[in-house]
Amino acid sequence: MITHYCIIRDQNIVLDGKVIFSEKNSDLDAFLLNAYASLKVDYPKFYKMDNLSKLGFLAAEMLLKDRSLLNDYAPEQVALVLSNAHSSTDTDRRYTLSSRTAPSPALFVYTLPNIVAGEICIRHKIKGENAFFVAPAFDPALMADYTDMVMAGDTGASIGGWVDVLGGHYDVFLYLHEKNKAGLAEHTTGQLKELYNTTLWNS
Amino acid sequence: MEQLMGNLKRQIIEALNLKHLKPEDIGDDQPLFVEGLGLDSIDALELIVLLQQHYSIKIENPQEGPKIFRSVKTIAEYITAHKPA
Repeated sequence: MITHYCIIRDQNIVLDGKVIFSEKNSDLDAFLLNAYASLKVDYPKFYKMDNLSKLGFLAAEMLLKDRSLLNDYAPEQVALVLSNAHSSTDTDRRYTLSSRTAPSPALFVYTLPNIVAGEICIRHKIKGENAFFVAPAFDPALMADYTDMVMAGDTGASIGGWVDVLGGHYDVFLYLHEKNKAGLAEHTTGQLKELYNTTLWNS
Repeated sequence: MEQLMGNLKRQIIEALNLKHLKPEDIGDDQPLFVEGLGLDSIDALELIVLLQQHYSIKIENPQEGPKIFRSVKTIAEYITAHKPA
């Protein structure tokens, strides 16, 4: 079952259908910093992350708010399956620009899309299966099928979804899928499609 | 030296994305790595780039890194001793 889901879109952070942070008229950098501050999370490495990792980090923080997955699962039993359209192009561009003067090592380390997966795994001590797919658009069938395959074994929970950013445009849909828990929706292609396309939120 | 250390603190915050800190939060003698500001090996590379960019100083011997980058004060002392005329 999908036990929680988080959408970050249009300057809103939405958890399980409810807007929990909203800030209009700010650019993405400011939005992310203010969202982080509002969470009252003490994790200074956040400031060093690229925007892709910041988005994934914030969404994962929302999913696991007030909860440690390790109370219910071994680190190896939690998987992470992410996808997006623009890979790490947002940071690749910044790194290329920095190369004109002096290439930035701190930017270089984020020039792979799966670094966001690493940041989430480090933060939540996740050591299970992980994968990162690059596709033109969110593909609910791919997510449902691949995650079901991963969870056919000992994996008890997975964080999955879509984390995309390019320039000021971003779109995040992350969800927590747990095998033996009651939840908000079945982990099916249809439910994933419906949740991803959700536009009606409660404030 | 005081002015140089103040500039360094601002440049370190900018280069290392330490946006949660203000220059006055960084002590002159505060260790920058591990138990101090918690900087890591990538940050060390950024500091090397910073010295090259802002002060035209290239560190020839990487073994000197831990000594040079121990604190803002040690960086300032190194810059003072090695800044091109």
